[in-house]
Amino acid sequence: MSTSTSLTADPEAVPAMHTTANYALDIRNLSFRYGDTTALNDITVSIKPGESVILLGPNGAGKTTLFSLICGLFAADNGSILINGRSLLKRADALAPLGIVFQSQTLDLDLSVEQNLMYFCALQGIARKEARTRITTALKRMDLSKRTHDKIRTLNGGHRRRVEIIRATLHAPSILLLDEPTVGLDIPTRTELIRYLHELPETHGCAILWATHLIDEVHDTDRVLMLHNGELQLDGTLDALRHSTNTTSIESMMQHVMNP
Amino acid sequence: MSRYWYAMTGIIRRELMRFVHQRERFVAALIRPLLWLVVFAAGFRAALGLSIIPPYQTYITYEVYIIPGLIGMIQLFNGMQSSLSMVYDQEMGSMRVLLTAPLPRWFLLLCKLIAGVTVSLLQIAVFLMVAKLTGIEFAYEGALQALPILIFTGIMLGSLGLLIASVVKQLENFAGVMNFVIFPMFFLSSALYPIWKMQESSELLATVCQWNPFSHAVEAIRFAFYGQFNGVAMTLVLACTIVFFLLACWSYNPARRFRAGRTAAA
Repeated sequence: MSTSTSLTADPEAVPAMHTTANYALDIRNLSFRYGDTTALNDITVSIKPGESVILLGPNGAGKTTLFSLICGLFAADNGSILINGRSLLKRADALAPLGIVFQSQTLDLDLSVEQNLMYFCALQGIARKEARTRITTALKRMDLSKRTHDKIRTLNGGHRRRVEIIRATLHAPSILLLDEPTVGLDIPTRTELIRYLHELPETHGCAILWATHLIDEVHDTDRVLMLHNGELQLDGTLDALRHSTNTTSIESMMQHVMNP
Repeated sequence: MSRYWYAMTGIIRRELMRFVHQRERFVAALIRPLLWLVVFAAGFRAALGLSIIPPYQTYITYEVYIIPGLIGMIQLFNGMQSSLSMVYDQEMGSMRVLLTAPLPRWFLLLCKLIAGVTVSLLQIAVFLMVAKLTGIEFAYEGALQALPILIFTGIMLGSLGLLIASVVKQLENFAGVMNFVIFPMFFLSSALYPIWKMQESSELLATVCQWNPFSHAVEAIRFAFYGQFNGVAMTLVLACTIVFFLLACWSYNPARRFRAGRTAAA
């Protein structure tokens, strides 16, 4: 991947976002168990449209489980999830305003970049002509135009990640779930992607919920949620959390939560 | 146009593209029934005498007899191939893209089935053309008459594949599926020999053949090939389609999937 490429988000490239409710994502009293093990316990979180939220937690904290519940792959034992005010339990189309970048890669290796993206657009109910326009614009923005017809199998990890991020934003979601999107990338690619992803709420108006255990991905302006042992331990801006935990860095904040 | 329509055509298009890209799969799908038709049938022709049984009105060669069975075989293997690709998708993670689409899950699974049937119909068309070239006598109109039946039998066998895919967690386990599901289903049916022939050697096996849904799929195809409607076979095919599909939908229910021991991989 070219490290000199600038991943500057272009607000005109993506259509207007859904904004139909007070909260882009509203989670109430969510609990989930794997057999006898509690994965999530009574989680309550609300995310406003355009808000940038970092979900921090060590491996096994419950971040991926929370994402699987939000996108309907798992069903919660208790609690509710509203996306733009619509419940996942009642309507499958509640998922429409949701964009997802999964932790592991989910592209079809035998299809080309364009075929993968067209398939996603079809699933989102976007007409082929419109889909083609959006894909062309997005690939150009991400400096991937030359790889349009290449099979995913021939792309490096950084390019594949870019394709997944393009895919997650093609339908103009009002909330974007990012499950450790920079894992496994080299440092320059990672730096570019972190910058690009942080720009999305401001330029596109979509909220992001970004799960990570890498503290350098947190910006000062982000709201931080800290998950540990399936429970939400902290919720607030970095400044507020530093003050409430009487710590000076995110590392010490995490230590404070994990070893109280 | 409805987003349901876009999704359905998108899923079918993807399945066709994957099929085109996987040339080995296409060749294997064609070679398998042709081997049976050309090699196996040549050996069996002399050994197996066939009496006149419905829907046939005259004596037929063994090759003609097994054509509907081999068409069923194409659909059976294609259904299993689709389920294999779903297990692969589950392992690779691309299944999540389908399951997080903003459409009802039953509809997404139905689209997957229709996509699989479309691929199987292409395979059948090519198989019949090659069979005709090898000198096997049958009327093309028969294949056209059988088309609606083939859609139902394809959906039934695809639903079974979906159900299996929801149970099988790893690709490695698929060898077991071949040994314990596909082969018994194929051999314990009327695809290769009439059930009365089986009855001569074993009442028990003949009974198993009669209860095998694949036998009824083959018989529905066989009758449709000669412009006749086998009500009993078709009723059983429809009933099995509904049962298999409902079970597949149930097994892909998010609340149930975890209880079956799934992880976030799907």
